[in-house]
Amino acid sequence: MLAHLPILQVIVPLLAAPLCLILRRSSLVWLFSLIISGIAFLISISLLQQIMASGTIVYELGGWDAPWGIEYRIDKLNAFVLLIISAVSTVVLLAAQTSIEKELPKDKHTLFYVLYLLSLSGMLGIVSSGDVFNVFVFLEISSLSAYALIALGEDRRALWASFQYLIMGTIGATFILIGIGLMYQMTGTLNLDDLSRRLPEVAHTRTVFSAFAFVIVGICLKLALFPLHLWLPNAYAYAPSIVTAFLAATATKVAIYLLIRFTFSVFGLSFSFTTLPLQILFMVLGLLGIFVASTAAIYQKNVKHLFAYSSIAQIGYMIVGFSTSTVTGLTATLLHVFNHALMKSALFLALGAVMYRIGSVQLSQFQGLGRQMPFTMAAIVIGGLSLIGVPLTVGFVSKWYLLMALVENGWWLVAVLILLSSLLTIIYVWRIFEVAYFKPPLLETEGIKEAPISFLIPIWILVMANIYFGIDTRLSVQVAQAASQSLFGVAP
Amino acid sequence: MWMVEIPPFVPFFICALIAAVARGVWRSATMVAIPIISAFHLWMVPEGIHLQFAFLDYQLILYRVDKLSLMFGYVFHIAALIAIIYSLHVRDTKQQVAAMLYVGSGLGAVFAGDLLTLFVFWELLAFTSVFLIWARRTRRSYVAGMRYLIIQVLSGVILLVGALFYVAENGTLEFGHIGLDGIAGWLIFISFGIKCAFPIAHNWLTDAYPEATVTGAVFLCSVTTKVAVYALARGYPGTELLVYIGAAMTCFPIFFAVIENDLRRVLSYSLINQVGFMVVGIGIGTALSINGAISHAFNDVIFKGLLFMSMGAVLHMTGRINGSDLGGLYKTMPKTTVLCIIGAASISAFPLFSGFVSKSMVMSAALENGYDWIWLILLFASAGVFHHAGIKIPYFAFFAHDSGIRASDPPKNMLLGMLIAAGLCIAIGIYPAALYALLPYDTGYNPYDATHVLAQTQLLFFSALAFVWLNLRGMYPPELRSTNLDFDWVYRRVFPSILQKTFSIIWTINNVLRKAFLVRLYRCLAFLAKKNDRSSVLLSRTYPAGSMVMWVAVLLAIYLLLSFT
Repeated sequence: MLAHLPILQVIVPLLAAPLCLILRRSSLVWLFSLIISGIAFLISISLLQQIMASGTIVYELGGWDAPWGIEYRIDKLNAFVLLIISAVSTVVLLAAQTSIEKELPKDKHTLFYVLYLLSLSGMLGIVSSGDVFNVFVFLEISSLSAYALIALGEDRRALWASFQYLIMGTIGATFILIGIGLMYQMTGTLNLDDLSRRLPEVAHTRTVFSAFAFVIVGICLKLALFPLHLWLPNAYAYAPSIVTAFLAATATKVAIYLLIRFTFSVFGLSFSFTTLPLQILFMVLGLLGIFVASTAAIYQKNVKHLFAYSSIAQIGYMIVGFSTSTVTGLTATLLHVFNHALMKSALFLALGAVMYRIGSVQLSQFQGLGRQMPFTMAAIVIGGLSLIGVPLTVGFVSKWYLLMALVENGWWLVAVLILLSSLLTIIYVWRIFEVAYFKPPLLETEGIKEAPISFLIPIWILVMANIYFGIDTRLSVQVAQAASQSLFGVAP
Repeated sequence: MWMVEIPPFVPFFICALIAAVARGVWRSATMVAIPIISAFHLWMVPEGIHLQFAFLDYQLILYRVDKLSLMFGYVFHIAALIAIIYSLHVRDTKQQVAAMLYVGSGLGAVFAGDLLTLFVFWELLAFTSVFLIWARRTRRSYVAGMRYLIIQVLSGVILLVGALFYVAENGTLEFGHIGLDGIAGWLIFISFGIKCAFPIAHNWLTDAYPEATVTGAVFLCSVTTKVAVYALARGYPGTELLVYIGAAMTCFPIFFAVIENDLRRVLSYSLINQVGFMVVGIGIGTALSINGAISHAFNDVIFKGLLFMSMGAVLHMTGRINGSDLGGLYKTMPKTTVLCIIGAASISAFPLFSGFVSKSMVMSAALENGYDWIWLILLFASAGVFHHAGIKIPYFAFFAHDSGIRASDPPKNMLLGMLIAAGLCIAIGIYPAALYALLPYDTGYNPYDATHVLAQTQLLFFSALAFVWLNLRGMYPPELRSTNLDFDWVYRRVFPSILQKTFSIIWTINNVLRKAFLVRLYRCLAFLAKKNDRSSVLLSRTYPAGSMVMWVAVLLAIYLLLSFT
């Protein structure tokens, strides 16, 4: 059983998805999905423990040897991302039933869980698979189900947002596929590990250069790197609240994983950072993303939009960490992947609670909510503080590592810019505090009560995690550091 | 003993929690009890590091006890107790909670053994104290509080950046001697300097403290600047630059204090002046001078607190604080008058009062180490202190012309608070050995020898004579309703106006250019539209999905181009 964990991680939610259709009853399906996601979470914990103890696990599907058969290869990086995805998914699912009862028509409930599980298994598959074509297939599974999930949103604009996301996502996936095709043409293999050994022989060819460019652009689109972020705000804003909380915390993280996997493991550090001036390119794009998106966030009237733009800015931080191409920088990126997942899932879930009570997340509707929904608003405050990077929250930990990495590289100016960008974060977070705490309640929202307990529990689990991992950083820092060290050690 | 591991900020934070919930007698009882219990607890704690844990790759030291931090720990407890008694009549929960959190943060900062913990409490000090200013609930106090908060937070951010550089340079976060070599040292120095009210960076103090509530100002004057003095004493003892900065700090406020009308603002200026003495002491860096600086900080907390309390009592009872509106209050507020005079005597360093036993140490150290000019400046500053704090405050508030106000003495709790402070002022002045025993170094210094006493008394009497003479001849600057321009005029008026001008110029140019461009554009468009209707449709429609795809193409093209070249 233990030996089969890598495949079980993916196959359990994948098989569970169609089973939901048999169960039909909404609350039963919810419970079933929750259990499945919980199992995935437990599997990821046990995988991480095994890997931290004994190193990389290689699992051959059907017993076929690697270059011919498909292999699942789980190292510290994969295990870390798997843990993030399955943990967030489970916690978010806790609130799912309450939220979709309000936001979705009854007949869509089962469908919602099917799609959710498919999306989950797709993401888990991307991360665990050691075969590029497999990665592409899972990417499509997770993306297609994500498009459908977003289209479920009650706002009619959700359809348009989903359609845009579909076009952009498909282009991104196609680019990745083109890159994979070109690599296959040159090396005759689809296995990630095998690729990394064979690519250097043909590294000077233009085909490989093009393959690299296509893969990177495709991934950049998926992770919403500035200026390829245009699809993200609407997709996040109009999707059902649960979907936003889930996707915001996981989808872009998977793309970050792919970026790291391709640049560090497949193409190799020296190739990746010399063919393209990736350092300077990502540093500039990351910084631009931070400033443009943070500024845009300040002017948003819809709080979901606001946090969606803030997500783009946070991705900018990850990319800046990545661009340093040092162990510390990569650690900072991985830490921020972890921490940002905690912050954004907490914040978007809290917004889901607001949506549940008020039916809207327009900033003007937040007036006086500090008194009416004290626990939900307190969660948003702590999440916001974490976003700013206040000490004792997770946001501080990753920002600290990022600054350390920049200082190590001697990029003083970038470090200063990163600090300045925190001021922009303060501004957009403060706007919410101000409306919620310093303005009297609106007439129409008078008598609004605190969110139901089924919302508060998952929200506060995440908020507590925000604080806990901000103080006790052993788990996150150790794993992130080990993962980034092994990536640099493995890199040729 | 597990109790040892409780850092002193914990009881205060717990007390804040209780104060937020409890009401009436219960609240008062806890608030008075906590500082006493906590002080006893602190008294029992041996020196050493008592609480630390690992954070990231560093060792965070939450509770480090040595003689230097103990000294500040004791005085904060005393100040807290006095101020709490003084503010027992206040029924404003927010203010009480903020005050407890504020004192707690100050204690946390003083016992912090590493820069990161220090930073956390540094920022907490700012965020908790601003509520003591806002609690006055006037437009002026709100705006002043905002300005205060911005500067304090800025100081914290600079500290954080400095800490970051410090780690990069030294690989440790421990807060010990830092020194001015390297960018980290300078950044941290600037951050401490802002909080310490160095010249030019001092305006937050004189701007915000007089706008605080009656009781809030008493808390404020005892903690913030003293934490900064502590931090300087820990990180930069013997830095010569501090001698000159400190000397400047002792002098320039005198001129502002003499012409200022708001008596609490006069006290704020004299606070900077007193901190200047401490900064000089730290800058000289010998055992004697550091002792002097620390003991002066200790005494200053008490006598400055006493003065702020007496002026607060006046404000509380009469509702006025401007020298021009007051006068003749001694008839109806005799107790406050006496207590205020004791405070004034202490700050002016009369023999047998607390200021004398500590200030003379700094002055002697300056002379011993060859800073003759500095000694002269300090002498001048001492005379100045006597002028504006020793004479001006009691004279204009309680004597001078009779303003016709007949306010009685303040409530009992306020009097009791002042009485304890006054008692301490005299006790330390008469029996300084008790204070000296607490100091970090043993120097065997005795303030009561003939030279010190004679020199100081002479100075005081001549300066009193000058005041009397100037007043009789009508040459002493009269108390007028006026706004005195300090350096903050530069950053509250000059900078904005320069910015405004530049922006208005840029905007004009921008407008002209834009207009010209738009005219051209419209002409082009009109031309095109005439030629072909379809082109105008093209320009007015948006292609969101299309523009995204364009960006993808652009980025791919850039990547390919870069990788091929």
